[in-house]
Amino acid sequence: MSQEKQNRFLPYLREDRLPHIFCPGCGNGAIINAFLAAMEKAEMDFDNIAMVSGIGCSSRIPGYLKCDSLHTTHGRALSFATGLKTANKDLDVVVFTGDGDAASIGGNHLIHAARRNINLTVICINNNIYGMTGGQISPTSPKGSFGTTAPYGNQDTPFKLAELVAAAGATYSARWTTVQIENLVTSIKDGLKNPGFSFIEVATQCPTYYGRKNKLKTPTAMAAVMKANTVFKSAADRMRPRDLEGKIVVGEFADYTKDEFTESIDKLSVEKSGNRTIINSAYEREL
Amino acid sequence: MVEELFIQGNEACAKGAIAAGCRFFAGYPITPSTEVAETLARELPKVGGSFVQMEDEIASAGAIIGGSWGGTKSMTATSGPGISLMQENIGYAFMSETPIVIVDVQRGSPSTAQPTMAAQGDMMQARWGSHGDYEPIALSPSSVQEFFDFTVKAFNLAEQYRCPVFVMADEVIGHMREKIVIEDDIEIVPRKRPEKTDDYLPFENIENGTTPMPAFGDGFNIHVTGLTHDERGYPDTNDPETHDKLIQRICDKVLNNKDKICSVRSENCEDADIIIVSYGAPVRSAIEAVNKARANNQKVGYVKIDTPWPFPDEQLREIAGNASDVLVVEMNLGQMYYEVDRALKKDANVHLMGVIGGLLPTPDEILEKIEKIGGN
Repeated sequence: MSQEKQNRFLPYLREDRLPHIFCPGCGNGAIINAFLAAMEKAEMDFDNIAMVSGIGCSSRIPGYLKCDSLHTTHGRALSFATGLKTANKDLDVVVFTGDGDAASIGGNHLIHAARRNINLTVICINNNIYGMTGGQISPTSPKGSFGTTAPYGNQDTPFKLAELVAAAGATYSARWTTVQIENLVTSIKDGLKNPGFSFIEVATQCPTYYGRKNKLKTPTAMAAVMKANTVFKSAADRMRPRDLEGKIVVGEFADYTKDEFTESIDKLSVEKSGNRTIINSAYEREL
Repeated sequence: MVEELFIQGNEACAKGAIAAGCRFFAGYPITPSTEVAETLARELPKVGGSFVQMEDEIASAGAIIGGSWGGTKSMTATSGPGISLMQENIGYAFMSETPIVIVDVQRGSPSTAQPTMAAQGDMMQARWGSHGDYEPIALSPSSVQEFFDFTVKAFNLAEQYRCPVFVMADEVIGHMREKIVIEDDIEIVPRKRPEKTDDYLPFENIENGTTPMPAFGDGFNIHVTGLTHDERGYPDTNDPETHDKLIQRICDKVLNNKDKICSVRSENCEDADIIIVSYGAPVRSAIEAVNKARANNQKVGYVKIDTPWPFPDEQLREIAGNASDVLVVEMNLGQMYYEVDRALKKDANVHLMGVIGGLLPTPDEILEKIEKIGGN
């Protein structure tokens, strides 16, 4: 392929790992694209980015990006990321997670990481379903939606993740969908630049499992429904709750600054030790 | 400068961690290990380190693995209920070859049971607690001095073999106070940084069955996963050969170095008819029981196992192979007993003195048991 035709983000990818495992029509590709565009806009040093993920389709993303990546256990990415960022606060730590990973098995770590306002940028790819295991309902599946574990329709009530994380203490929280890529890029950029816990939820299509179970068989059909159901936060704030049922409220739910966790820890350490903090101390014989 | 201190076991463990180069601790309060966390919360900032109280033990285990890849020697401390919660992430550390130290100050179990009483009920959990095949390293201290020394040793072994190492203490050792001596020339194994070459493979068998690991941010851009992976770290989950090669290597790096890792100590075993085998706190009573028996002209000796895992079969056979009877004294209803029996059953009758309830078996209780064995 000629240099001109090569995708401009290809240098960021582990080309030797392609092709990827994502299904045709999956939103993960658009989100990787949005992330890389946002990273460039934020003028981040890609080599200084370390990625952490849990288990699920979205958690496979860091494996395709050419940076240090820690693909951990189900739901626990934020606890690994907390240790990594605390051990080396100079790293820009990005977490890729999904609705099942972040909000079900990892829900406790999510609210505690937000409470600490630890400087991590979390991209939560919310497809309302467990894709990796074949289409079971998740804690964000709409009431009445179908999954292999909800053959008569979901009886459960979904979480509103961006609102939950904002309430828990994150200094940046936003929600967009894969049909609002420009807004998504801006939010990821803002999240990367925010010196605190940043949470960007992306509502996305899973045609293979969610779509097939819910009579939305093509990615375009899913995108059309998503677009039709989207309400901007500014408009939603003036709407009645019953009119918002089944809607996807997009926009920013938190955007402010307060003390960041690893800075506080480091400050204490510098003060108590008389400036003896060393990054990568494991490699030192004398400390 | 040699330092002499009169301190609690859990404090000695924390001091050992700092001496070994630990600069990150993540943990969750749990009796009877909490003083390890409390001491490190106070002391780590003074040496430029970080302490984080996590939301639970699962997060604590995750955080120290993250901390280790962040280039910092990392540790957690807990007890039975916490070690149960940590097991999945401990398995991840074995699979991803992440050096971490896990301290377990064992208490009465199962479930919540006896938080303030001693036990040794987690020995098999240290061996088999996470799913799948792996070979753990575990050290059992039987004094406050050893809790310091073994914590240092645990960090060194974790770095040498790039794996999790357990310090399996118990409530007696964790909470007792004794004099310890901290030498000024403690042997520390710093992490080895790999050379940045085009053909560097982060999961290769080049040294001790493993390979030096970079820190995140060093520019190696490596991928670390709990999935079955090739030498580059890339997932390859359906090829039987890749899985076999990886898991065999992870096991062999410990098993092939057993002669360097395993440690046992013994006394009065050459002519002994009965040998007491123990580890952790019960060793203290075993030694006193042997002294009393010898004063009474009974041919009794003892073996103290410093490293329950990997189990020192060969050393034990060498020392205890000639005795007619072997008595395993432990604070559970038989865990290491089965290992001793497996190692010695062709040569000796292996008996169990399994004590639960929380109190350390006394020398006289051990002697009583020895009388009974002798009588048979």
